[in-house]
Amino acid sequence: MKPPVFEYHRPRTVPEALAVLAEVGHDGKVLAGGQSLVPLLNMRLAAPRHLVDVNWLAELDEVARDDGGVRVGALARHARVEHDRDAVEAVPLLGQAIADIAHTTVRNRGTVVGSLVHADPAAELPAVLVLLGGTMELASAGAGPRRVAAADFFLGPLESALRPGELATAAWFPAPPPGSGSAWVEVARRHGDYALCGAGALVELDQDLRVRSARAALISVGPVPVPVELTDAVGGQPHDAADWAAAGRLAAAAVDPEDDIHATAAYRRHLAGVLTARAARAAAAHAAARLGEGAG
Amino acid sequence: MSETLHETRLVVNGVPHSVRVPARRLLADCLRQDLGLTGTHVGCEHGVCGACTVLVDGRAMRSCLLFAVGVDGAEITTVEGCRSADGGLGPVQQAFQDCHGLQCGFCTPGFVTTITAWLRDHPDPTEEQAREAIGGNLCRCTGYQNIVASVLRAAELTREEPR
Repeated sequence: MKPPVFEYHRPRTVPEALAVLAEVGHDGKVLAGGQSLVPLLNMRLAAPRHLVDVNWLAELDEVARDDGGVRVGALARHARVEHDRDAVEAVPLLGQAIADIAHTTVRNRGTVVGSLVHADPAAELPAVLVLLGGTMELASAGAGPRRVAAADFFLGPLESALRPGELATAAWFPAPPPGSGSAWVEVARRHGDYALCGAGALVELDQDLRVRSARAALISVGPVPVPVELTDAVGGQPHDAADWAAAGRLAAAAVDPEDDIHATAAYRRHLAGVLTARAARAAAAHAAARLGEGAG
Repeated sequence: MSETLHETRLVVNGVPHSVRVPARRLLADCLRQDLGLTGTHVGCEHGVCGACTVLVDGRAMRSCLLFAVGVDGAEITTVEGCRSADGGLGPVQQAFQDCHGLQCGFCTPGFVTTITAWLRDHPDPTEEQAREAIGGNLCRCTGYQNIVASVLRAAELTREEPR
């Protein structure tokens, strides 16, 4: 239960970090918050020869709202983003989903970008990035920044499109259009534990408060977050009387969960349906409330 | 092969320390082994139980998920630093005694540090908030009821404290 030996690097600038990462290549691993990496090291499930500690790269410690959304730098901790009023006003789903990540003590250290790069299929933020259609910003020595869309970033369990030698410097979460609302729901065996299934939903309403579009993204029911288009089930229906159960059935049919010691595949599929319906209904109510605020 | 040692400075409960540790030395082990502060308990060693929670620059964190070198220069508060100014029990510790908030006591240091930090932002919590506050700490003895009561009592005692 103690980490294996590694060589420790503490770069002070991003170019310095990129130089180290280029040198160590496959043998290197970036240490940011470490809330997923250090357990893996303690349990000797991972044994990188080099750890590159990016906690001294102050330039990556930023949360910035721009016209289109919110850009989260690689050193921004979950807790900082969760409590950043500008950020969660522009992208409410960030605040909604981060509140379900583990516990305060973990959110005080863990980073948003680190969680994305870790690409755990049970983690909330990869699904948030996929649902919103966000982008990862990746840097490497001797090359320009590389931007990868969320849909192309998550490749499998704990596997992302990040290449050896690359550093994820930021994630960009686009703000959903006016008239839209969002919600996050999940079910876990224990408070703060990994979800057996979780669902984020984004619902856009028109001027008459009818559903213009609806979609969801689910976690823990596949190797990567599973996006599901729900508009076919609820499009054009009034926000407070739409057939959310039908939307849930679309999600249940779209996922392909596996049995494990925590839950059967059938139970996870059931949860996918119920949680999608619940999240989508809540997202529609959120959208209606935001439209009401805008009008008032 | 001998491991490289890293000069690491920590201010623990207000006292500056300088230690030479291998990079893989967890903060929890550094506090216990290098500094002799055995109040911080090591339970699961993978971030689940919360027993090793300490405050890093005022924020509650798992000391089993931090490397000592990774918090070089930080101010650390352990359970030993949660006592009152006169050296007696601090308000959270006193509340645990008042409410019988511990039995075996193994998990208690993690609760005390977590609650100490949390009460600064939530001086007048509801019972539901108190329960949420301790959601990241496991206790196998008490059934949590008396710990929730201790959070509420600690809030009372903290509010009564002269500022």
